[in-house]
Amino acid sequence: MTAFPSPLVGYLLVAAVLFAIGLAGALIRRNAIIVLISIELMLNSANLNLIAFWRFGPHSSALTGMMFAIFSIAVAAAEAAVGLGLVISIYRHTNTAELDKINRLKG
Amino acid sequence: MNAVFYLLAAITIAGGLAAILLKHLIHAALAVTVAFGGIALLFLQLDAQFVGFAQILVYIGAVAILIVFAILLTHGADLPEKGVFNKGWAAALVIAAAVFAVTGWAVLQSIDAVPQRNAAPVVSMHDVGNALVGRYVLPLEIVGLLLTAATIGAVIVAMHEKERSR
Amino acid sequence: MAATPFFANLDRIFILLRDWLVGFLPAAFRPAAGVLLAVIAIVCVFPGLFALTTIFERKGLGRMQNRLGPNRVGPFGLFQPVADGIKALIKEDIVPLSSNSLVHFLAPLTLVVAVFMEFAVLPMGRNMALVDMDAGLLFFFAMSASTELSVFMAGWSSRNKYSLLGAMRAIAQMISYEVVLVLSSVSVVMIAGSLSLTAIVDKQNHYTAGLPHWYIFTPWGCAAFVMFAIAATAETNRSPFDLPEGESELVAGYHTEYSGFKFALFFLGEYLAMFSVSGLGTTLFLGGWSAPLSVLNWVPSWIWFFGKVMMSIFVFIWMRGTLPRLRQDQLMNFAWKFVLPFTLLDLLVTALWRMLGPGWERWVFCSVILLVAYVLMGLGAGRRRHIGPRTYRYAE
Repeated sequence: MTAFPSPLVGYLLVAAVLFAIGLAGALIRRNAIIVLISIELMLNSANLNLIAFWRFGPHSSALTGMMFAIFSIAVAAAEAAVGLGLVISIYRHTNTAELDKINRLKG
Repeated sequence: MNAVFYLLAAITIAGGLAAILLKHLIHAALAVTVAFGGIALLFLQLDAQFVGFAQILVYIGAVAILIVFAILLTHGADLPEKGVFNKGWAAALVIAAAVFAVTGWAVLQSIDAVPQRNAAPVVSMHDVGNALVGRYVLPLEIVGLLLTAATIGAVIVAMHEKERSR
Repeated sequence: MAATPFFANLDRIFILLRDWLVGFLPAAFRPAAGVLLAVIAIVCVFPGLFALTTIFERKGLGRMQNRLGPNRVGPFGLFQPVADGIKALIKEDIVPLSSNSLVHFLAPLTLVVAVFMEFAVLPMGRNMALVDMDAGLLFFFAMSASTELSVFMAGWSSRNKYSLLGAMRAIAQMISYEVVLVLSSVSVVMIAGSLSLTAIVDKQNHYTAGLPHWYIFTPWGCAAFVMFAIAATAETNRSPFDLPEGESELVAGYHTEYSGFKFALFFLGEYLAMFSVSGLGTTLFLGGWSAPLSVLNWVPSWIWFFGKVMMSIFVFIWMRGTLPRLRQDQLMNFAWKFVLPFTLLDLLVTALWRMLGPGWERWVFCSVILLVAYVLMGLGAGRRRHIGPRTYRYAE
């Protein structure tokens, strides 16, 4: 691997790869829980971006990037809880957690 | 760019790939936990101590367990007979590759505009605490409200319904 | 403030020893070698204490139950841990055929690694914390949260319904009481003004009229310490909260299918977790390495720290021998309906303590509020709403 022009570029590329992996997972897999896992991966990659820009950017004493990332972690955890609750509830109704079987509005 | 960064990046990306490719759901959940750990270590590498430890505490200590419980409650250990991938997986891969190409190109194109500050920011816990209750007190309170609503909502959504006579 | 240079040197003896040993190396390697030596010391000392604690526990429990503990191996049975260690090492390592062997193998490793990391931030003496982190307390809780996942890995990978049931119960209990643990520590952080454990001990290292300023001697500190102790007992799955691994209930809970050295690793992990959470309780509430009376400052600080930790371990053993085991729903009820509201009230009382400023008013106010709340909650909890079949609305 060649050296990156700046350390920030390395972190941004890792975040981009993770985002693409999360997106692929959300589109490829049939199980609803893996889709939720992929969404969490995407949120994590966005957090990595935020912290990388906080570290290498100007005004890091304003802590904006860090605060944004902390609130993002909290919101992502809440969203994971509600999403997984929904998956469990759907499983109780339709006895399946696969997305291509839950494609009708009539329950 | 030191060897630690490459190692952590490799661990994180490997964990992410394993999470979306493994057939067994619990293995996928454990792989994404490894990815979360890798990202937490990357945060620590970026001198963001509070966020790094909060990532471990929240994601590995709570979200991973939530995912695993959900897999167990939806009997995810039984593998579906038609395979775990969608019918249109090739198109999905193309889309994901395109997204990565665009973002990667954007990053590499704007190297000159990217800020270059290299000295580690001197941030203490006092500053984080002061910022949380000073400048960012409104987001803090709103996030508290959101978490309360999410908790109550998750309990109600996942609750067994009362037996109603139809 | 040691009286003579001899006791000052005794206090710093481990630091001096490390500096002397590290002085043999060229200057470039000295910091890394110093850290390595400290890590080796921790890895040797705490498992050694674990071995000692197993024999104390068995003999202590035996005496409480009106019987002798093990007394065959060595004088008064003191070499029993050696016999246990040899047995664990030479036992056959049985792995169930249908288990997930990778996850089954990794579970005890993750537990022990996460628990060992917790020792890195504990200040075991004056200037004797391995790493003085600005966010030391947060690091401790992050490592403690990582142990829950290894419990699940152990229970699930064994492909045994009793293991899975034990693991689910253990995780539910650990998550509930982790909230209480963190909130009761937040009271201390509010008053000390720092998340760094060495700073918290330094704040408690003052004396008024010979008596120390430990946080347990304040009303909010005493209440927070009691909640912390309850939560610590539940976090480490000790009696009376040991239903997940109760021998008479679930065989051995989530470590049923482990034998030989892996079982010994789980055992080691549980006792080390007990040590580290006792160490944290000592640091936060009992003044860490500071002496109880200012006249006793000449005794080395690490003796005070380890003495207090061993006292906490003795209280753990005492509770195990005395109290009956709580049922799972009683345990969870207790956590969410009594301990957590009381801890939140204690947070308010801590804030009130700080706002009122020094003086006798805050002592009276805070004590009265806490006592009244305790009595009312106790009365409310003791009153039975209805006698009839138990129904659960939110947890089927």
